[in-house]
Amino acid sequence: MSREMQIALDSIWPILKAGLIVTIPLSLIAFAIALVVAVITALARISNYKILRAIFGIYVWIFRGTPVLVQLFIVFFGFPKAGITLDAWTAAIITFSLNTGAYASESIRASILAIPKGQWEAAESLGMTYWQVLRRVIAPQTIRISLPSVTNDFIDLVKGTSLVASITLADMFMVGQQITARTYEPLLIYSLCAVIYLIFISVLMYLQGRLEKYASKYV
Amino acid sequence: MLHIVKFQQVTKYFGQQEALKNIDLTFHKGETTVILGPSGSGKSTLLRCINLLEKPEKGTISVGDIKIDLSKPVSKKDTLAIRQRTAMVFQSFNLFPHMKVLENVIEGRLTVLKETRIDAVEKGQLLLEKVGLSQKIDSYPAQLSGGQQQRVAIARALAMEPQFLLFDEPTSALDPELEGEVLKVLKDLSEEEKSMIIVTHNLNFAREVADRILFLEHGEIVFDGATAQFFEKNDNARIQSFIQSMQFI
Repeated sequence: MSREMQIALDSIWPILKAGLIVTIPLSLIAFAIALVVAVITALARISNYKILRAIFGIYVWIFRGTPVLVQLFIVFFGFPKAGITLDAWTAAIITFSLNTGAYASESIRASILAIPKGQWEAAESLGMTYWQVLRRVIAPQTIRISLPSVTNDFIDLVKGTSLVASITLADMFMVGQQITARTYEPLLIYSLCAVIYLIFISVLMYLQGRLEKYASKYV
Repeated sequence: MLHIVKFQQVTKYFGQQEALKNIDLTFHKGETTVILGPSGSGKSTLLRCINLLEKPEKGTISVGDIKIDLSKPVSKKDTLAIRQRTAMVFQSFNLFPHMKVLENVIEGRLTVLKETRIDAVEKGQLLLEKVGLSQKIDSYPAQLSGGQQQRVAIARALAMEPQFLLFDEPTSALDPELEGEVLKVLKDLSEEEKSMIIVTHNLNFAREVADRILFLEHGEIVFDGATAQFFEKNDNARIQSFIQSMQFI
């Protein structure tokens, strides 16, 4: 067996393992929090309360307007200067949930606004309260409309987690870098990383397709 | 319980434009009123003010025992109370696309009236039978024709057992061949002496079902009286030309 082949075979498991214990759990935890943040933000931004709209508008503006790597560095390296020291995991979860939350809130807000006004009027004229309209009429339709763009935000998050290598978390990319330093096979090892990312994300895309089909059964 | 809709000096603005000017009006129980008028005359606005989808700036509106002073902010409680005493059918149907036909009809009974599912389903089935759609209980709205969708929307409105049924151009989005099936349902309701207020462009239909005609122009009531009087003994030139122009359509 050639040397390259041997290195590739030996590297698969360490990189995959880093994916299973860092990339995937980090993505899932951050996405779960991001979804909650996104729904709250979207609702705040379509609400009638000016102050609420302004506060959440500023949050989205900042997180969409700055690079996630810079955000990560501020939270992990910068916050200790202000007396807030966070471990790499916590820093990563906070940064990625807020960052993805900002993007996903825009996907959700746009989907809510895409629902015809007549849906609100029909529900309101039945005598439903604002929250009943949201829960029973708007939310189910929002889920269907926002699925593609929210999945997109999730995919961006999964790939974005490769940045945690720069704040000492041993994710797939960090392990790849370590193996490359030892073997000096950058083309081979980084391509291997790319393939594993591609596999993870293909699973997500497949799930998206299934979910879309399920959510669109009434159209 | 009081069973009327009453407008007192109601004025509604859209920006600078006065959409309704100082309207005084009472709708009575068991009456079918048809509101006619050229586009932009304010007839849909008038209808949408009854259930507060539009909020006028001045005057008072009473629906049943609820009286609202429009110069003040309207409380959520009063808004909901008014909406529970009325039900509306829209030009574009506005069925909930993610719910099957039966679910659409019973949604209000479940969510608003907090009725048990068993009772609501029973009621819903009866109403769908009434509008001739028992076969379509498990269909989604997208699987129905426009006429069928509008009949579901009528069943959904009836399900709330409102004091007043409001129809906002219920057949304007339908082909003539589908229009008939909806008009027939409306005619039946009118014969049952349901209290109905209908905005429409269909003069033949108005002549057939209306007990009373309102003619609006520029946000003002130009005519308010019996149907026969409107069509036959009307000496208002504007109304005569309106009737003529509509008959060519």
